[in-house]
Order: sequence, then structure tokens, then C-alpha cells
Amino acid sequence: MKKFEKLTSSVVPLPIENIDTDQIIPARFLKATTRDGFGENLFRDWRYDSDNQPKADFVLNNPTYTGKVLVAGKNFGCGSSREHAAWAIQDAGFDTVISSFFADIFKGNALNNGLLPIQVSDEFLAQIFKAVEQDANSALEVDLEQQTVTIVATGAQTAFEINPYKKSCLINGYDDIDFILNQKNLIEDFEASKAL
Amino acid sequence: MSKTLVEKIWDAHVVKSEEGFPDILYIDTHLIHEVTSPQAFDGLRKRGLPVFRPKQTVATADHNVPTLNQLLPIKEELSRYQVDMLTKNCAEFGVELYGLGHPFQGIVHVIGPELGITLPGKTMVCGDSHTSTHGAFGAIAFGIGTSQVEQVFATQCLLQQKPKTMKIEVNGTLGKGVTAKDIILYIIAKISAAGGTGYFIEYAGSAIESLSMEARMTICNMSIEMGARGGLIAPDQITFDYIKGREFAPKGEEWDKSLAYWKTLYSDADAKFDSVLTFDAADISPMITYGTNPGMGMGIQEHIPATKAQPETEQLSYQKALDYMGFEDDASLIGKPVDYVFIGSCTNSRIEDLREVAEFVKDKHKAENVTVWIVPGSKQVEQQAKNEGLDKIFENAGFQLREPGCSACLGMNEDKIPAGKYCVSTSNRNFEGRQGPNARTLLVSPLTAAAAAVTGKITDVRDLLAEA
Repeated sequence: MKKFEKLTSSVVPLPIENIDTDQIIPARFLKATTRDGFGENLFRDWRYDSDNQPKADFVLNNPTYTGKVLVAGKNFGCGSSREHAAWAIQDAGFDTVISSFFADIFKGNALNNGLLPIQVSDEFLAQIFKAVEQDANSALEVDLEQQTVTIVATGAQTAFEINPYKKSCLINGYDDIDFILNQKNLIEDFEASKAL
Repeated sequence: MSKTLVEKIWDAHVVKSEEGFPDILYIDTHLIHEVTSPQAFDGLRKRGLPVFRPKQTVATADHNVPTLNQLLPIKEELSRYQVDMLTKNCAEFGVELYGLGHPFQGIVHVIGPELGITLPGKTMVCGDSHTSTHGAFGAIAFGIGTSQVEQVFATQCLLQQKPKTMKIEVNGTLGKGVTAKDIILYIIAKISAAGGTGYFIEYAGSAIESLSMEARMTICNMSIEMGARGGLIAPDQITFDYIKGREFAPKGEEWDKSLAYWKTLYSDADAKFDSVLTFDAADISPMITYGTNPGMGMGIQEHIPATKAQPETEQLSYQKALDYMGFEDDASLIGKPVDYVFIGSCTNSRIEDLREVAEFVKDKHKAENVTVWIVPGSKQVEQQAKNEGLDKIFENAGFQLREPGCSACLGMNEDKIPAGKYCVSTSNRNFEGRQGPNARTLLVSPLTAAAAAVTGKITDVRDLLAEA
């Protein structure tokens, strides 16, 4: 897993609530057996019409909005457990997703891939959307070490929560399997104790 | 100290608990399917690891399989490749596979229970969010992502934060024509598609206790649709009777030992939940969804809530959902013509669902404007339906009985609902495009689906039951 570094970036705003993983990556694009290439079908049915032509009114097709930060309405990533949703967002060039609420499984999947999900208050989310509305190039600074997000233009800053273990995984670029494998003897002891 | 059922099972599976870290939780059973496993097997290869406990891992092919002519090669190349890859991976890593053509093949959440693999007190995971289904037996069962599938392959464990607990009590007696599916759609409509996030839910109360195992599975199945990691129900005599004698259920002395343990699996009387909700079964009518998340549901006689009545920040998304569905504020859905009826999915494809539908449509015929698909949850359900002559009833009614799989629940395989069409569906998600690009899904119970099939429009099944 790649290490998560401090970043300053413009954002792609998606002010819609309850964005489910079927929107992020529809099931018919889950047939690949590797983790790569899902980005081209990110938000497929919002991004392209039935003739595969880009829909001009969708934000990912609007060159005004670019950046490594996706900002979306609350309950982002609800629905299916498909990790392909996190892969697709990452493959499309995003390093972090900001919302006022995340679905559990999506949040876990994102963290397991080094994609940082940041939960902020409804008010701070509204401030981000407003800043982007006023200036499409408005940047955010994301500092995982300090656990803060800052709207560069206004200086408005908020702190965010992250499990300390997950934080160290992201900063150091290691994953859960490395962590558990180091304690395999405990697992075998546990199994033996249950077999008695 | 008193404990909830979730805490009892959780604590019995903690390998290590350390301040500042998630628990290392031991997983008894790992179910896998073709869509969320290939990248995990690949990960093992890259790390040079075996599947740590292959005997605790069970595979089937369900999401991507056709539901007609299953014994012919799969036509769609990518689907065929993915299913073949599962076969190859299972052979290489020594995992038992109930693939196409096997008498145990079926939807992963249907075969676990019917084979006696799902048992009280177990921890179970699968790379599929509807793994919560197995909680009906008093198990901790939840969906995981592919990185976690790899984690369980490699270690038979998961790093997990202990979840908060919520108790949802439903008391009283259900009215005529109201089923388990209506209970869960009602609860989700009440607490919203995010209302259970962060919680593990225990369903209790007299209305839940009176349900059959299959009805309980329908309830637990949709826990994820309110954001909960899982849902469970304390095992009782109904649970034990269902399990006894199944293929992989404990037998003989092992049965007695297991039973004694299972009887200790309940929340202590003074156990503390982080949240408690109570509902009255008598308040529940047949339910239907009108929007694009399962929280957008209402009693079938109600009118669609107005956009203006929604919180201001949610109005844009709400309006977008109604536009997608082609519905308007304050509209009634009764009498609205439908194009497809889909009876299937891990929510409602078990033998009791098929029996209920068959009993209702006996001597009736589907309306001309409707295509009706019945997709059994497994080969065993399909066989049982045939043994009981349900196939003949469906044939006479103009319903097509297909072969087992996830089918039109998720628009991944060949079974898709065409753009713009309305599908009354017994599945679990009404997301945009879930059943096919631009398809419009209305979630209902099997009974309400059968009523729509017969009349060709959205119908309050109670009116037809009253006639009978």
C-alpha cells in the first residue's frame, strides 16, 4: 500500500446524498479479476449516457473541476461491500474522500487501500461546497499527521477522527495482513484452546 | 457481567484485544463467491501464502451466472472468465466449491443456512454486504471488502472494532398480507438508510419470535440497508428444529454439545444496548419503495412524501430520486402499471417465498403487460419447488421459473431490467441502475410482487386476499 502524504489540492464537488456503491461502480463493471482500471467506469451511469457519450452536466466531465479530493454529500458509499468502489475512486486519481457521513464497509475498504475517508460536520461540508462554488480552484489542505482539513482560501480548519492504528497504517503504508501475520502464533493458540 | 448476544459471541472469538488497536477477531466460516475473491487470491499468490484454513472456507458461483441453460458455457466472456477463475483458484488453494452444476450451488446466503453451515454462535464473513442474513441463526455475520477476504484467507482472522449494539423490538401480531419483508422495509423507512450505521442490531420481540427461520433471514438480510454491519436474532427452538438433520449440521454427541451451548446464546435480561427502538407489528402494512434508496419506503396505501417536507439539505437528492423514478410529490402508487416482476435474491428466494407466491397465484394468471421471473435461491430450492409441483403452478400462471443465482437483483449477469421499465422486485436495493441501467425498482414482499404480477399494476394484496 502506498504511503499517504500531506496534500494540498483543488476538489471535485458532488453535493448528492446517499451515494451508493452501485453509482460509484455499477455491478456490470465488476467482472475484472485484477484491481486496476476501474477508474474509467467510476460513476459510469452519471458520467456517460446510454450511447457512452459523456454527459456535459456531470462534474467529472467538467474540466473546471479537478483535484485529488472528492467531496460528497452524507452517507457516502452505502450499499454493496464491493471494494471496487474504493479502487475506482483511487484509480481515477483521488487520494481522499470528504463527506459528512460514511457507510461502514466503504470506509473500511477505503482505509485498507490508502484512500483516506474524512468525516467532517454538515456545516464544514457546506463551507467546502461554498468555497468551491465561489472559486472552482479553491484548494483544501489535508494533513493526516495533524488530522486536520483546511480550506486554504478562508483559513477555516476542522479536525477529523481516525483510528490511531489505521492512521499509522496509512502513514507507513502497511496493511492489516502484515499486522496479523506477525501474531500467527496467537491465532494457533486460540484455535487450540477452542478445540479442548 | 451481563452481556448482549453480540458481546457474548464477539468475546468468545477475540484472539487479542489491545488498547488503541482493533480486536483480532477469529472467523469460524468464510463464504466466498466469484466477484469479490479473485483479487484476494491474487494477493495470496503475491505474498506466497496458502489459504490458512481452507476447510473453514466454502465457495459458490452466484452473482455472475446466467439463470437459464446453466450447464451450457457462459456466453458473456468476462463473466465466464470470472467464474472459471473461481474454479481454478478453489482447486489451487484447496477450497470446497459448489459451482454451476453442483446440487448445492446457489446464492451464497441461501446455501449456507440450507446446508447447515450457518450455525448459532459462529462468526461468519463473506465479501458481500448481505452476509448479515446468517445472523438469523444467532451468529455474528457481516460483509467485508476484498482486502479483508484476503486477510481471512491468510489468517482466518479480521481486525475489527467492536460494534455498538442496537436492539429493535417488534411486538404484536402482523395483519393479513403483511410479511417479514414488510417489517424490515417498515423499519428502514422509519430509521433511514443510514440509521443503523456503526451498529450491530439484535431483532427481538414477539412479532420476530413468531417468525419462521426463512422469514427471520429476510429481516436480518436487509440490516445493511439501514447501514448496520449486521443483524441477529437469538436462537430458539424454531432455530434448532430448522438446523437439525441438515447436511453439515452437527450430529449425535456433537449435536447435544452444540445444542447445550446454543441455549446460552441470548442477551442477558439486564444487558445494556447503545440504542433501543420499539415498533408495533399492528402499525405495519404491506410496504413499497418509491425512491432510490431502501429508506424511501411507505405503506402501499400511502402517498409519496412531498419534497418540501424533507430537510432542506436533502431536497436536491430527494427530487433527483423521484425524477429518476418518474414519480411526483403526493402521488399514490396504487394502480400504477408495472413491466417486470422479479421474485428472487438472497432476501426472498427460499422455498417458503416460492410456496407463498404459488399459493397466491394458484388458478390465477399473470397480466399480459408483465414479465414475471421467479429465480430460486439454490439448486435445492429449485428441486424442492419441483417436488412440490410449484413449477406447474408457475407455468400455468405464466411465470418463468429460472435457475438459481443473484439474477436481476444486481444487473451484473444476463438478467437485467430494460431502461425506464418498472420492476416490482423482492430484492433488497432500489438504487439507480441496480437492476440494469436506468431500470426503476420498487421493493416489495413476495406476496405484493405476486399481486402486481396478477393485476399488472401496483396492488394492495390485502384487497385480493379479501376477495378469496
